[in-house]
Amino acid sequence: MRRSVFRKRLGQILTYLVWTLLTLMTLFPIYWMFLVSARSRVELFGNFRLYPTGFFIENYIRPLFKDVYGRYLLNSLIVTTGNTILVAVLAILATYALSRYRIPGDQNIFFWTITNRMAPPAAFMLPMFLLYSRVLRVGNWQLFDTHIGLILAYCVFNLPFAIWLLKGIVDTIPVDLDEAAMVDGASVMQVIWQIIVPLAAPGIAITALLSWIFAWNEYLFAATLTSVNARTFTTGLGEFVTVVGTNWGEMAAMATITLIPALLFLALVQRYIVVGLTFGAVRE
Amino acid sequence: MGLLPFFYVVYVGFFDWNIFSKVAGLVYTGANNYRRLVFDADFLASIQRSVTFTLWAVSIEMVLGMALAQLLMRDFVGKGFFRAIHALPLTVAPIAVGATWRLLTMPGLGPLPYYLKQIGFDYNIGRYPTHAFATTVLMDVWHWTPFVTLTMLAGLSALPREPFEQAMVDGANRWQILRHLTLPMLRPVILTALFLRIMDALRIVDEVFMLTGGGPGMRTHYIGIFVWRVVFPKTDYGYGSAMSVLLLYFTIVLCWLLLTTITQARRESGT
Repeated sequence: MRRSVFRKRLGQILTYLVWTLLTLMTLFPIYWMFLVSARSRVELFGNFRLYPTGFFIENYIRPLFKDVYGRYLLNSLIVTTGNTILVAVLAILATYALSRYRIPGDQNIFFWTITNRMAPPAAFMLPMFLLYSRVLRVGNWQLFDTHIGLILAYCVFNLPFAIWLLKGIVDTIPVDLDEAAMVDGASVMQVIWQIIVPLAAPGIAITALLSWIFAWNEYLFAATLTSVNARTFTTGLGEFVTVVGTNWGEMAAMATITLIPALLFLALVQRYIVVGLTFGAVRE
Repeated sequence: MGLLPFFYVVYVGFFDWNIFSKVAGLVYTGANNYRRLVFDADFLASIQRSVTFTLWAVSIEMVLGMALAQLLMRDFVGKGFFRAIHALPLTVAPIAVGATWRLLTMPGLGPLPYYLKQIGFDYNIGRYPTHAFATTVLMDVWHWTPFVTLTMLAGLSALPREPFEQAMVDGANRWQILRHLTLPMLRPVILTALFLRIMDALRIVDEVFMLTGGGPGMRTHYIGIFVWRVVFPKTDYGYGSAMSVLLLYFTIVLCWLLLTTITQARRESGT
């Protein structure tokens, strides 16, 4: 009896030890990035210190207000938000159709959507680039380097994801509800917006948040399909590397800003993240 | 949205097209691009590197994730806090992950080379290919282990209690329970996590690009970076298209395998 109490204690101590260690290991890279962002060049390559040494705000101010990063930030906000709204609307319509109607081959359509999500971006990058910059070109107008171009491009990976996530939720809403509404003379659109959407609201909110984060984090499409006007913030981060003599402090500062939405998001929905990240594959 | 680029890339794959030719100036070359692909030693080597990377990263992540999920199944104060912190890397943009790890491992700036030097180990990802490779694996483990943990956790929480209680009564030890109960019952979930991780690890680009740029030499030049290089600096569009088609094909086969295996595993385990 005594021994089992002892073993339980030991187990608990070990658990805490492991998790504390893991927490430190998880946080340390981010902590280091923040430290670098708060130091001037001189401090960085001077004595090595693991604790904060003042705050060199210039690392944030210069790229954001004197360089192009402020504009990149605005582009990112426009593109990610636009994409999220478009994806949410399309996904709701698509999910409703997939969930309520039996069309020949609907399983295949469903399967096809996941291959889109799983395909390496490298496989989409080239055709999209060619379509945007060469083929779909009318006079001076082209999709390349425009906000709308990126908003559409992000649908390639966000829409399948949203459909997969929402289908599980819409499937659980009883069909009797829409049938009752139909009997009362509601149109399909009315059923969707007045019955399905309110009932699936929490799921839609999480899907939208995740889509937003995915779009915000995206690099390859944005790097390929934009040059100056619509370049996103995350992609701008990649530009630091190629420049001769990287300004590490500024790079760290911009990377820290990239992190902010993710942190907010995690604080908001950390309890639901499990469902979101597994495409609902685990639920049932 | 996904179909149009797909057909287009198949079409372009049969042509020779680079930055100097206009849309009308495509030169039809038949299956030449594909023939070239099969004999391209660099391409094959980058596939091999990607596979090695995936094997290392995914196996570490699976074992670690499973162990951590088991730990999170216990009740202890502050569990929610640890779980949230653990999930943090998942939400970080891959490019920012690359940037962070570059800051950690930069010789002369990062703490990793600094402290390893104190104990007499010369760590330099710009100079030693093995160090660069190991660092990309480590970075991937940092970034994606939480995904495995959370997936497994969701799976574990959904398992029925009775068989486990029964096994405890029968006097099975922890290892036996894991081996004969948990793992078989968790099979669909494990497979899901495994396939998703394999597919993601095979297509890694931005993190590695930011961390090592594919170097030193070609050691971390994984398949995604290879395609990128062919398409953009070299603007060999026809050849790049052929490569994209091949990658897409493999992806579709993998996805199909994933779905059928999971469906089958689910049927067998009766859930």
